[in-house]
Amino acid sequence: MTEGAIAGRMTRRGVILGAFQLGTGVVLALRLRQLQVEQADQFRLLAEENRINIRLIPPRRGLIVDRHGALLAGNEQNYRIAIVREEAGDVRAVLNRLAKIIDLAPAEIDEVVKDLERRSAFVPVTVAERVSWQDFSAVAVNAPTLPGIQTEVGTSRIYPWAEDTAHVVGYVGPVSDYDLERLDDPDPVLQIPRFQIGKVGVEARLEQLLRGKAGSRRIEVNAVGRVIREIDRIEGTPGSDVQLTLDAALQDFVQARLGEESAAAVVIDVRNGDILASASSPSFDPNKFVRGISVADYKALLEHDHRPLSNKAVQGAYPPGSTLKPVVAAAALEAGVIDPSETVYCPGFVEVAGRRFHCWRRGGHGHVDIRKSLQQSCDVFYYEMAQRLGIERIARMARRFGLGEGFDLPMSAVSEGLVPDKDWKRRKYGKDWLVGDTLNAAIGQGFVLTTPLQLAVMTARLASGRALIPRLVKSVDGVEVPHPPAPPIGVSASILDRVRDGMNAVSNTRRGTAFSSRIVAEGMEMAGKTGTSQVRNITKAERARGVFRNEDLPWERRDHGLFIAFAPREAPRFAVAVVVEHGGGGSTAAAPIARDIMLRTLYGDVPPLEAYPESQRGRIGAMLKELRLRTPPGPHGKRTRA
Amino acid sequence: MSYLEYTVKRVPTGLSKVLYLNWALVLLVTAVASVGFLMLYSVAGGRLDVWAEPQMKRFAVGLVVMFAVGLTPVWFWRSLSGLGYLVSLILLVAVDLFGVASMGAQRWLDLGFMRLQPSELAKIALIMALAAYYDWLPPERISRPLWVLVPVVLVVVPALLVLKQPDLGTALLLVLGGGAVMFAAGVHWGYFAAVIASGAGLVGAVLSSRGTDWQLLKDYQYRRIDVFLDPSSDPLGAGYNITQAKIALGSGGWTGKGFMQGTQTRLNFLPEKHTDFIFTTLAEEFGFIGAASLLALYLLIVLFCLASAMRNRDRYGALLTYGLSANFFLYFAVNMAMVMGLAPVVGVPLPLVSYGGSAMLVLMLGFGLVQSAHVHRPR
Repeated sequence: MTEGAIAGRMTRRGVILGAFQLGTGVVLALRLRQLQVEQADQFRLLAEENRINIRLIPPRRGLIVDRHGALLAGNEQNYRIAIVREEAGDVRAVLNRLAKIIDLAPAEIDEVVKDLERRSAFVPVTVAERVSWQDFSAVAVNAPTLPGIQTEVGTSRIYPWAEDTAHVVGYVGPVSDYDLERLDDPDPVLQIPRFQIGKVGVEARLEQLLRGKAGSRRIEVNAVGRVIREIDRIEGTPGSDVQLTLDAALQDFVQARLGEESAAAVVIDVRNGDILASASSPSFDPNKFVRGISVADYKALLEHDHRPLSNKAVQGAYPPGSTLKPVVAAAALEAGVIDPSETVYCPGFVEVAGRRFHCWRRGGHGHVDIRKSLQQSCDVFYYEMAQRLGIERIARMARRFGLGEGFDLPMSAVSEGLVPDKDWKRRKYGKDWLVGDTLNAAIGQGFVLTTPLQLAVMTARLASGRALIPRLVKSVDGVEVPHPPAPPIGVSASILDRVRDGMNAVSNTRRGTAFSSRIVAEGMEMAGKTGTSQVRNITKAERARGVFRNEDLPWERRDHGLFIAFAPREAPRFAVAVVVEHGGGGSTAAAPIARDIMLRTLYGDVPPLEAYPESQRGRIGAMLKELRLRTPPGPHGKRTRA
Repeated sequence: MSYLEYTVKRVPTGLSKVLYLNWALVLLVTAVASVGFLMLYSVAGGRLDVWAEPQMKRFAVGLVVMFAVGLTPVWFWRSLSGLGYLVSLILLVAVDLFGVASMGAQRWLDLGFMRLQPSELAKIALIMALAAYYDWLPPERISRPLWVLVPVVLVVVPALLVLKQPDLGTALLLVLGGGAVMFAAGVHWGYFAAVIASGAGLVGAVLSSRGTDWQLLKDYQYRRIDVFLDPSSDPLGAGYNITQAKIALGSGGWTGKGFMQGTQTRLNFLPEKHTDFIFTTLAEEFGFIGAASLLALYLLIVLFCLASAMRNRDRYGALLTYGLSANFFLYFAVNMAMVMGLAPVVGVPLPLVSYGGSAMLVLMLGFGLVQSAHVHRPR
């Protein structure tokens, strides 16, 4: 091979190498073009997604205030202490130093350390929540010696009236998976960790109003999620402030007066249907739920036989007993089946369809007219009315007074109660209505069920002659909720006057069943009706032997005591209904409570003893002094810091 | 023709040599290095002192090295070829024994004033040795099996030592660079065909050995292969680098997001942004135009080297230039293919641009050799 040939071959090989290299260069350029020109849009999108993160700013939850502006549910500053691993260095050493300033158990430290190890180094982990202001400032002052410790201020819900408003206002809690499924609510704010939504009561029912709209900030993050800067920020709208018709101080009094009885009471403004108080006892502290109730506390609430978690004022459906009699009386008068002066003879029982129906008074009431039938609550009179009227006319009148109606109020599980009729029985039991059913219904027993709220509405309608609709929300963001005046109920004034006269006799005449719970203050007198509803059947044998007295029965078999009242009797302003579960008779268990509540409502303060009959003043004065009333917190949650 | 037969007086001497340097090549190299400074300034978030300034200093040293090497007669370098090869082998063994581990591999020798990566040096030493071998070998023996075996051994020994570090990328580059010299020297086609065929067989063996007792690669290397074949299989794990690199590249578009405006880079979505993945920053910030321009600059460097080699009648000088240009080509081609998702991630820096001292110095040493061959070629 010649030198030339060799050199030639080398050059050829060089050309081939060059060609190969150029070719590779072209391939690279084509690939570059493919990525950067053809697929550029797609990759640009991916880059944006990488870069931009949307963080939600939780909106301020709307406040709930009473009719005078007193705070029922507010937002409290929550002082939190957190630690950031990458800034702390030796986490354990820092936490041990922190434990000398605030109360921190070794187990809690271990928990925090474990939590820190699971997360990225720059993520703050909560060490302590709801720290007192003193501890919080102590930590802040000592910040230089506590690297990585952060002090944060968040908000959490607070209910200054605690037990008083628990049932009406309800409470909030963290969003659960169950909530997400149930609510079908796409609001992304629900995804914020620890975000709280209404669980019960007004908080739950007016969730959409109270929650507001979340703001958002778009932030640029780097590959590990650290925030680099804020790109822009859209402020959210805070939730609406809701004003309820409740009077917090009155509500507090009512709750205190009910005490530890299993009872409920509702106060309604007769002029417009405003619910001034709606209490159910025993109650619970909703703040415990916000903070995370302990298992033991929750179990205690669930297992309590007085059912503190249920709002008996609207959820409890009780046989109204004799409190239904004014309605039946109105029905009888309107139907003309009885004349106002006509009397019915009460021998203590009546025999209908082969069954003996007893009057509560064994000896009977003798000759009874409308007024006396209410005053002394004669059952036999109403057995007679029942037969003359039939169930349909009784049911119709009951419905006109709001019984059997589920009012649209923002509380949880508002019950409709039950006003039975022939159709209903056939549908429900497939059985024919019996005349005995009518007799039982006429004295508020048997199938009839009413809630304390319905009884209060019924009383307010009796007192006003108008078909009042109860109202709980007074205004939203300062704008009054429209509430047109209620139309007349359509029962003639003369009939209503007769019934009211009977109710007046109940409270203000010597033979009246609630005479001992009368009000003696001039112009404040109340008219009412007692009710005692049986929760058990009295057997023939027991009746022969003598009916057990309530005191001799176990608590859960005792009668419910009920009382409805309006006052002042000449120009009614307020209606009150009280139900004391298994409290015994209405005149002894419910009427005294109702009178205290009525007086508190009429006077706008703890009632003066002059309003009570002289002989009772000593005992009542002592009782009122014993009541543990709350001192109302400052307006709008501006609670002074200790 | 061997250099001893040159009419030496036709070769430039003294200071006049400076005029005979391949100045176009000097300019191109400087241009590429400048792109590197710019990008290092950018990835440091607009700071010179982090990467750009040390890189400039090294380049300055590199230029001095290039000129010094370039003005030294090529026959001096030829005489050093065998010794250089032996020294590089010793260094490769030394790095195995005393080297500094970094990123799971033992690649560095700490010399006190700098950390040397002997495998970089080995690439140049191998090319010099092979060029010298073929310069010495009578042309008719080039394709004889026994005489083919000798350079194969010369290639395989350092390659195996590098593979042991382990550094698959550099080992492959050694083999390919050595192969380029043998190819240019005129070794018969058949050998290359056989090597490619057995290479394919080896790949098959490597893949099928996975999970068996005789597994040929480390687990992480298999994972890299998996991820290369389907980056989306592990977008946040092993595939993260490739996926994010492609996003950076692609989102650059035609003209890029602008200098220092690359979100992928600035927000640390890109891995090893100042070293192996620096090309993606360039592509993100200057778009297709910028990236293609750099590619063109690289290809021009290779073409100028090839042109120089073709005009060089000195076999040693020509083979040296072919080999070094192929080596340089392999660097950037593999790096670019890697960040564009055309090749597995093997840890090859972008020459003259990626931050790194010993790579820069060794590259400039290589260009010095190319200059030396260019200046001292027979005329």
